[in-house]
Amino acid sequence: MRAFLARNATQACILGILLATLAVFVAANPRTFLAAPIYLAFLSTIPFTAIIALGMTLVIIAGQIDLSFPSVMALSGLVFATILPATGSGALALVAALACGGLMGLGNGLLVAGIGVPAIIATLGADFFWRGLTMLASDGLARSLVAFRDSPVHALLVGRLFGVIPAQALWLAGIAALVWLLYHRHVFGDALRFVGDNPEAAAMTGVPVRRTKTLAFVLLGLLAAFSSCLVCMEMGTWWPTQGEGYLLLVFASVFAGGTSVFGGEGTVFGTLIGAVLIGIIEAGVVSSGFSGFWTRLIYGLVVLGSVSVYAVLLRSRRR
Amino acid sequence: MNSPAPFLRLSGIAKSFGGVTALAGVDFELAAGEIVGLIGDNGAGKSTLVKILSGVYAPDAGSLTLDGKPVDFRSYDVRRARALGIEAVHQDRCLGEKQPLWRNLFVGRHRAGRLGFIDIAREKTEAMTVLRDLVGLSGNGLSPEARVAGLSGGERQGLAIGRAMHFHARVVILDEPTTALSLREVERVLSFIADLKAQRRAAVFVSHTLSHVHAVADRFVILERGRVAAMRVKDNVDLSGLCSLVQAPGAA
Repeated sequence: MRAFLARNATQACILGILLATLAVFVAANPRTFLAAPIYLAFLSTIPFTAIIALGMTLVIIAGQIDLSFPSVMALSGLVFATILPATGSGALALVAALACGGLMGLGNGLLVAGIGVPAIIATLGADFFWRGLTMLASDGLARSLVAFRDSPVHALLVGRLFGVIPAQALWLAGIAALVWLLYHRHVFGDALRFVGDNPEAAAMTGVPVRRTKTLAFVLLGLLAAFSSCLVCMEMGTWWPTQGEGYLLLVFASVFAGGTSVFGGEGTVFGTLIGAVLIGIIEAGVVSSGFSGFWTRLIYGLVVLGSVSVYAVLLRSRRR
Repeated sequence: MNSPAPFLRLSGIAKSFGGVTALAGVDFELAAGEIVGLIGDNGAGKSTLVKILSGVYAPDAGSLTLDGKPVDFRSYDVRRARALGIEAVHQDRCLGEKQPLWRNLFVGRHRAGRLGFIDIAREKTEAMTVLRDLVGLSGNGLSPEARVAGLSGGERQGLAIGRAMHFHARVVILDEPTTALSLREVERVLSFIADLKAQRRAAVFVSHTLSHVHAVADRFVILERGRVAAMRVKDNVDLSGLCSLVQAPGAA
């Protein structure tokens, strides 16, 4: 038990922070935080961030970063919101949106792993490019998907199991399990660790460095596109600035979850807890009687605080 | 000389980088159980040569034969080299510091099923054996979950060499294996190299520290500006002779 805790100190740490935060919210507003509805609301909103954060975790473990996912969400969401009304086929719309997201991820991968542009610049450029294309293609106008409230694709993506549990939470659970298996048990996860930890060592030991980086970007593209479809269905609309709000939330989730900014290590569990922590802060802050302006400040604080704490932890462990 | 016939032969290896010639036609041979010291000044081409041998770079010209059979450089990379039993070892450049020991032992060639899922239990058991028997890391608290960051430089070198032995490497390329190590750690690494020889494995020992090379190598190849400037068997040269050879290879 002791050895287990020592090995998973970071996860224990983030779990402790989540429970402490929750305790504060319960104390500040017991009526809201001791009843079921707010938790069901969390189950419907947190998966949007968490699904992308899982993909981002893998990218950051590989020593990379992706700033383009908000625009990947926007453009693949537009594809979904265009094909669905045009053809009436949810399957087709979903597949096209995923293909679009995967291709944009591939584009990032080729820029970074193929041409050798640093990821932060490549994906920043890609973000502007895809956002611009999205604006041009949509004329900056939102698309209503309210007509598909009772469609099978709506039930599949964001329906309520037994009338209560949001389907997106189940999707999140499934995706988290899959990502966990990939990262902890699969050679791809092993390759990600070594590529992020020491790219030269990865190359010297026969790890396909470029393919591994590229696949990480593709996976994140797919997950961002999928999350966008969930958002479109849940909100009943696609809008041109979709995705922009998730930038901070996703990074805050990943870093609060203990994934190293320096690459090479991170955990799926940590990111999940991180996403939950970030997801409850806004509701908690507002229901505790503070203005909504506080939430951004607190998100920023969470990011800065967590990366600093983990940097110190890492340094002490090295010694 | 009564040394056994070479099983590995590089001939006419040439490589240049953007017009700068790193190697201009180098021939190099290795026999089983032979330790060859590859020495020369900075920029002589030592590291380019071992990178070609280990599959990191492809040469512009030249050929490699293994057991008399030609190896096609077009399909030769690190993965292929390792599969053929040629493996480079470097304390900092071939290990992932933040990763547990067992992952470091198997990186690039995990015991995985067809779908790519790793047999973790088996790898950890195997890792314990390697750490205990080949690397000589012991003591309570030794765990395949320990991280490389906690090992000393000599232990890291031992881990990398143990890894090569565990996967039956026939040729171990040691690139500056004793740099930045304490005296005691150097002794340890040199004894690892002696173990390689005892197991009839060949090694290429690249180093600037001639006393270390002289202590364990059977033969010395001195590179100078991309060419083999001199070659000596250990019996024919002492340490000071080796020093003057490196300083003025042409004069010898």
